[in-house]
Amino acid sequence: MLIKIKYFGQIAEVTQKEEEQLEVSEGNISALLNVLHSKYDTLNNKDFQIAQNQELVSLETELTGAEIALLPPFAGG
Amino acid sequence: MKDKKPMKSVFKEGAITSEFIGNSIYKHQTKTSIGAHNIFLGQVRADEIDGKTVSAIEYTAYEDMANQKFHEIRESSFEKFDLTCMHIYHSLGTVKAGEICLFVFVSSPRRKVVFEALEYIVDAIKADVPVFGKEIFEDESHQWKVNS
Repeated sequence: MLIKIKYFGQIAEVTQKEEEQLEVSEGNISALLNVLHSKYDTLNNKDFQIAQNQELVSLETELTGAEIALLPPFAGG
Repeated sequence: MKDKKPMKSVFKEGAITSEFIGNSIYKHQTKTSIGAHNIFLGQVRADEIDGKTVSAIEYTAYEDMANQKFHEIRESSFEKFDLTCMHIYHSLGTVKAGEICLFVFVSSPRRKVVFEALEYIVDAIKADVPVFGKEIFEDESHQWKVNS
């Protein structure tokens, strides 16, 4: 399936882009992360949470095809 | 699927001015059931890190999710506390040291409520809302802010 992935803050510095569309096979968030880690090798050193359809999800959550976002630590306020 | 009602954006481009804050207070003078307001203003601090001073923070956000989170904080605040109204404004883009980047304004008939509500709301914003801050130093290098 084709998934839109958004990157923010220091994660966007690693990927050198704010979003992209990736063709990935069905699976969970962990499988998607493996793809991203092999694409961006310095992602390993970064702290981030993952949102699917604007809700935080765990590694075991199944991909639905909805928008994914990689969110570094929050710094609001 | 969650029911997503239309909501107004919390974000404002650049710093929140004292004129805007003063005008917000003025606009509540017609709401005479209110007996107590409480206001939180987040100000950009000129932190010194390894001999370099922060001159500004550049804010970005996952805006759709952030507005949804602000909406959830708003709903839960009205459930928990007897509030007459509440307003949240957060900056995006560059805010210089000394300028205001967050304005939270709660109002209630009674004072105790607004103290509790304001702390709850500000803590929730810091913990739950996907806003990111790039601390810019005077020499134009940067580091990423993390809420403690």
